[in-house]
Amino acid sequence: MNLEDIIRETKTYNCLECGKCTSICPVAKYDPAYSPRGLIESALLGFGDELVFNKELFSCLTCYTCQQECPSDVDFPVFVRKARSIAQDKGQHGVCAHSGQLQAVQRLMTSPAIKQKRLEWLSKEYRVSDKSDVLFWVGCAPYFTPIFEDIGFNALDVTKAALQTLNSLGIEPKLLANEKCCGHDALWTGDVETFKKLAEYNAAQIKEAGVKKIVFSCPEGYRTFKLDYPNYVDLGCEVQHISELLAEKIGENGVKFKEIRKKVTYQDPCRLGRHLGVYDAPRKVLESIPGIELVEMKHSGPESICCGTSAWTNCDSYSDMLRVERLSEAVETGAELLITACPKCQTHFRCAMTDKGEEHRSTPKIEVMDLASLVANAIEKGR
Amino acid sequence: MAEFEPKIVAFACNWCTYAAADLAGTARVQYPPNVYIVRMMCSGMINPEYVLRAFEKGADGVIISGCKYTDCHYMDGPVKCDAMVEKLRKELHVLGLEDERLRREMISTSEGTVFARVVTEFVEQLKKLGPSPFSSLRKEKVAV
Repeated sequence: MNLEDIIRETKTYNCLECGKCTSICPVAKYDPAYSPRGLIESALLGFGDELVFNKELFSCLTCYTCQQECPSDVDFPVFVRKARSIAQDKGQHGVCAHSGQLQAVQRLMTSPAIKQKRLEWLSKEYRVSDKSDVLFWVGCAPYFTPIFEDIGFNALDVTKAALQTLNSLGIEPKLLANEKCCGHDALWTGDVETFKKLAEYNAAQIKEAGVKKIVFSCPEGYRTFKLDYPNYVDLGCEVQHISELLAEKIGENGVKFKEIRKKVTYQDPCRLGRHLGVYDAPRKVLESIPGIELVEMKHSGPESICCGTSAWTNCDSYSDMLRVERLSEAVETGAELLITACPKCQTHFRCAMTDKGEEHRSTPKIEVMDLASLVANAIEKGR
Repeated sequence: MAEFEPKIVAFACNWCTYAAADLAGTARVQYPPNVYIVRMMCSGMINPEYVLRAFEKGADGVIISGCKYTDCHYMDGPVKCDAMVEKLRKELHVLGLEDERLRREMISTSEGTVFARVVTEFVEQLKKLGPSPFSSLRKEKVAV
């Protein structure tokens, strides 16, 4: 795909150069060198090379804040995603966080011969069934766990909590022993080749499993399955985020919540909120737990601020400033708990609070928790 | 069919293991030619991605080798390296790679014979294990 096709497809030619995108962009707020309008302009004026060799191309969070404001309906995040694939072809890539190992793991997963040991954490406590027509997508959690142990985040805790919640709703889901990465990060960093291989493999596995519904505890996987897979593969089943499922089924199967007296605030993950428009389901779940008081941050719902990095690329001091800003907003509400529905939001917030440098002394501290973990804690045991 | 010849990438610290490999050469110690040595300034600078990329590009085994704890030119390189290897092992385990394919060694400057022995042993071990599960990702053929 060349730049002209991308401009046509994302309606970039409609750009009025009004600059609303740059003024609302969370990255441009801190990073003086980054400007969505500037990137679009260099594409429209025919400076394609300037666009793809610009390292700021990989700074975009693809959080969809700009697209919401754009009066000309320019799909900037998709424009960036496709421009990144041209950049990849020319040997350009962003500065990969965590020394690029998460990207490397994705590429390694495309090998057909591997036999992953991704379900070793699964104990008898959790009921799973191979005959079930509901599939639970474990995602990258087994890979995140060893990497993020030292910031005190075990991604598998979220997975376990989600499974426990499903179990108490009377759902015994199926798990795939050799599921592969959904390819979200590969796609958004422009590595379409890897994404296609992963998508084809996963679609074949899901078809073989013969399930009717897939439940996700991660909004990135959910977004990828819902919006991106249909462009490449045929899944033939329904997909749902755990918060939507909970909002639907709460109160069924005799599930009772015990009282948790806490003031909480909710961070909308960009994939779940702006990408897919799921704002109400997680709030409904929170409000159904007795004792929980939900207070909103200064920016919430469609205006909420991103956690600072997407697809493990270009994580820098500007990303950190964003996190500190968001954490300050959370603390200002007076809440004791920051609830999010995305494991990556949690990773990024915890990371910002763990940093010990001089400039981080004043980073506000708040306990971060996943929605699924809170629900699992609230469910009365011994039914 | 010709016997399977494993490909090994060795990340060797400039001050110890690389010098040891050099010594093995000058002393004419015989060892199999399956190893590609990459000289690093310190074992503490070896990034997990280097190792993952070596496997992606078709290595059947990787050796990470540097100074012993008290010999490091940069204070605590081996300690950093150990921490990195520990995390990386867990990651590779989930990916389904046999634990034996990653070897952590500490070979000091004068130990040319030790380097030769480690490579010989590792080649034997990898021949038994067969090609790495990632070997199909290798795009171009590399002559051993």
